[in-house]
Amino acid sequence: MIVCITAKGEGADAAVEPRFGRAPYFVFADTEAGTFVSVKNELVDAAGGVGPRSAQVLVDHGATILVTGQMGGNAATALKAAGIKAYSFGDAATVAQALEKYTQGGLSEIL
Amino acid sequence: MKIVVASGKGGTGKTTVSANLAYALARRGGVTLVDCDVEEPNLHLFFPGESEKKGVPVPVPAIDPERCTLCGECGHFCRYGALTVLKDRVLFFAELCHSCGGCTLVCPAAAITEVGREVGVVETSHPLPGLTLVSGVMHEGEVLAPKVVAAAKEAAGDEGRIVYDASPGVACPVIETLEGTDFCILVTESTPFGLHDLDLAVQAAAALGIPAGVVINRSDGEDEAALAFCHEHDLPVLMTIAFDREVAAVQNRGGLIARDLPGWEERFAGLWDEVAGRCEVKA
Ligand code: SF4
Ligand code: SF4
Repeated sequence: MIVCITAKGEGADAAVEPRFGRAPYFVFADTEAGTFVSVKNELVDAAGGVGPRSAQVLVDHGATILVTGQMGGNAATALKAAGIKAYSFGDAATVAQALEKYTQGGLSEIL
Repeated sequence: MKIVVASGKGGTGKTTVSANLAYALARRGGVTLVDCDVEEPNLHLFFPGESEKKGVPVPVPAIDPERCTLCGECGHFCRYGALTVLKDRVLFFAELCHSCGGCTLVCPAAAITEVGREVGVVETSHPLPGLTLVSGVMHEGEVLAPKVVAAAKEAAGDEGRIVYDASPGVACPVIETLEGTDFCILVTESTPFGLHDLDLAVQAAAALGIPAGVVINRSDGEDEAALAFCHEHDLPVLMTIAFDREVAAVQNRGGLIARDLPGWEERFAGLWDEVAGRCEVKA
């Protein structure tokens, strides 16, 4: 399973980022392989449509779970249509912590 | 002759100037007044009447699922996020689409055709003898204001005297409004606060090569800052509207000073003559 966590930087130790579409990085955690792939978000400064475009990045990387802070309506529509579930990382500070909380079932669903 | 009434920001009385100018011109052989403030058109409030409505369509993609191979090209091309390619279908967010036509071009499977989608309407009415009012009205939640402005300008035609009321600020719809016009009347208040925004509007008109002049509204008689600005930018002051109790009373009840107060119809007609004179000099 691929879990995408929005982050301020690269890798498992990066701080989590509450914004979805304008998150600086998407960290894709492969829960079976135990690997982390960090993808720089090219859309941080884009004018608009960042929600659906970020959803596209998740689809392209095969993520089925998103862990983030908040998202807009169009992003939610796109994620829902793509069958991607979204959770709030709550008080987790880093990517690794957010992933751990998710795997323990300790995060609340936001989508 | 086509002139634009613009202002750097909202609330300066731009609409008041357009409406009164149009009233005076309607009484002097006719005018077409075009409300290009498509996000919040309000000139019809001064000139109520039955209107004829015409939709403003823009081309958007329609995807044939039989042909689409879900290759992802369109989604990656679209810089506005209007297309998301999922595993089993392509999602289209109509309100994000800027009608650039690019996705149709890049689709290797020829699965995309363009269909029309209405983003606004143009309403045309004849509320007074000599006055044709054309209002562009953008639908709620839409983003393509310039397309609605262009449609309103087209509906108004090219003949006779035309007054365009631009939206506040200097964003794309204002540039679209200014395009191809002969003169720009910039409305400002006499307070120093408005001058920064006015500066941007002056630059926009200058960049398009459109001569401009200033109307000072709500003047309290102490217009030094505005006058200094005009002097510095070589802008003629075309008219000063003093802020007195009578003027305020008419405006507060949504009236037209050119109709309700003696002398003002002539003053607005004079404003037009002044602009016409300056256009000839520049042309
Ligand atoms: S580019 Fe054409 S074929 Fe590819 S996903 Fe888009 S619509 Fe389908
Ligand atoms: S026409 Fe342009 S803006 Fe609209 S969906 Fe296609 S690529 Fe995106």
